[in-house]
Amino acid sequence: MMDRLGTGRLGRFLVGLPPYAWLALFFLVPFLIVLKISLSEPSAGAPPYLPLWDWDETGALAFHLTLGNYATLFGDELYAFAYLNSIRIAGIATLGCLLIGYPAAYAIARAPTAWRQSLLLLVALPFWTSFLIRVYAWIGILKSEGMLNALLLWLGVISEPLQILQTDLAVIIGMTYSYLPFMVLPLYANLEKMDLTLLEAAADLGCRPFKAFVAVTLPLSMPGIVAGSLLVFIPAVGEFVIPDLLGGPDTLMIGKVLWAEFFDNRDWPVASAVAIAMLVLLVAPIMIIQNARTKAEEAGK
Amino acid sequence: MILYGLLILAYAFLYVPIVVMIVFSFNASRLVTVWGGFSTKWYGELLHDEKVLDAAWLSLKVAMTSATVSTVLGTLAAVVLVRFTRFFGRTLFTGMVTAPLVMPEVITGLALLLLFVAMEAVVGWPSGRSFTTIVIAHTTFSLSFVTVVVRSRLSQMDASLEEAAMDLGARPLKVFLAITLPLIAPALLAGWLLAFTLSIDDVVISAFVSGPGATPLPIVIFSKVRLGVSPEINALATLVVTVVAVAMAIAGRVALKREQPRPQ
Repeated sequence: MMDRLGTGRLGRFLVGLPPYAWLALFFLVPFLIVLKISLSEPSAGAPPYLPLWDWDETGALAFHLTLGNYATLFGDELYAFAYLNSIRIAGIATLGCLLIGYPAAYAIARAPTAWRQSLLLLVALPFWTSFLIRVYAWIGILKSEGMLNALLLWLGVISEPLQILQTDLAVIIGMTYSYLPFMVLPLYANLEKMDLTLLEAAADLGCRPFKAFVAVTLPLSMPGIVAGSLLVFIPAVGEFVIPDLLGGPDTLMIGKVLWAEFFDNRDWPVASAVAIAMLVLLVAPIMIIQNARTKAEEAGK
Repeated sequence: MILYGLLILAYAFLYVPIVVMIVFSFNASRLVTVWGGFSTKWYGELLHDEKVLDAAWLSLKVAMTSATVSTVLGTLAAVVLVRFTRFFGRTLFTGMVTAPLVMPEVITGLALLLLFVAMEAVVGWPSGRSFTTIVIAHTTFSLSFVTVVVRSRLSQMDASLEEAAMDLGARPLKVFLAITLPLIAPALLAGWLLAFTLSIDDVVISAFVSGPGATPLPIVIFSKVRLGVSPEINALATLVVTVVAVAMAIAGRVALKREQPRPQ
């Protein structure tokens, strides 16, 4: 079969092989190994799990499959709590990004044309600087003897320092801050394309600006809102660095739990089981939503 | 008016933390919230910290290598997705290209480490955690981002140019090198920069696949940060932010000069 470019079978094979082989070896196979280890029994040796199969003294093949690691996940409510808490915290952070990002994107889209590029660049610039450093910057601000408390004490708003660092609130602030550009950029792309004559028509018909916003602008910007929210929610929900640095010991998030099982408890089988559970309960639904959205967009064109 | 007020607040939210950090990197006092006079001593201390310098050098090498490899592989993957409409295992391939975009980093990191451990046990390679394992891991997740960037450029491209070259008798490889590649070059550059940034900034995946012999800069910063805020990290952070801002300004100028009206 020849395609439009007339590349032959061999040419196509040679073009496709490197990325295909790379992804199969370094992306697909690792997940099969994770699945395998999630079914293995933990052991004290190195590696800290028992082989799934081996030959016993009589030379017969013996399997050591266990669902014990998954039983641990479902038996201990810590894991369910961490899973739900991740969704809750990422959801609130997404809402925070929307509340700050929507007016910002709207203002940029309605700014004079000559300014828009620079204003957008100012939003995107923090994304290109180190993520870790931007999270770190908040520690100095939020801790009890930090900038924010010093300011509030000085203003007389509070009489003793607030405990913000090491709470869920700090994690939400850090996530909103880190992922704000991901919300503003798609919203801007959407709002900038909007047909302003629709708003003029609404105004001519006697519609007040706020009502026109709710009835016209908001529904029209829905695709931008959905795109931005997914871009924020997806990385936020599996986040490790932000809850680790800004959250406290009780800030349970699923990414942090996996990390702790692997590095602190050296329990590779349970860490693998957490990964598989995350894949099934978190990544798979997200991919299904993404696919449905892409298909809907293509159909709408 | 209210709208512009909100916009200014959003910018303040984005930039105040960075500015505070930069200001306190020049603080003479070790206390982070008390101003003890202007000093550049933390920068001096930083430049004598062998561990930090080694880590920065390693991160730079890893980022350059993995950005280059992922740009090559990501471009090939984009060509496959845009031009080859039907082939064996297309659904699997599309899935493997898009999945890293939504995959939590802890899972990717864990999976790759377990692969390296298993490979070492079976074929004896790679031995331990090293430059190579970090490059492989970073390439794997940034490849998808390059593919997204190149793919959109490739699908917007005017196909008649390629067809004209074909009609004039150019072979597919020649067409790709002489026509397609120059046309998608801006996307390759953008993809490379994105992959470079993702690599040099990565903490989670590196934490899994790096070892005592090969520690990239974010891991060094991360372990220092876990111990608390210090003016030395502020100084390091300021340097990183400055380098990035300067690089962005240069890249922005180059892009503006080259900018051609593109069909949306």
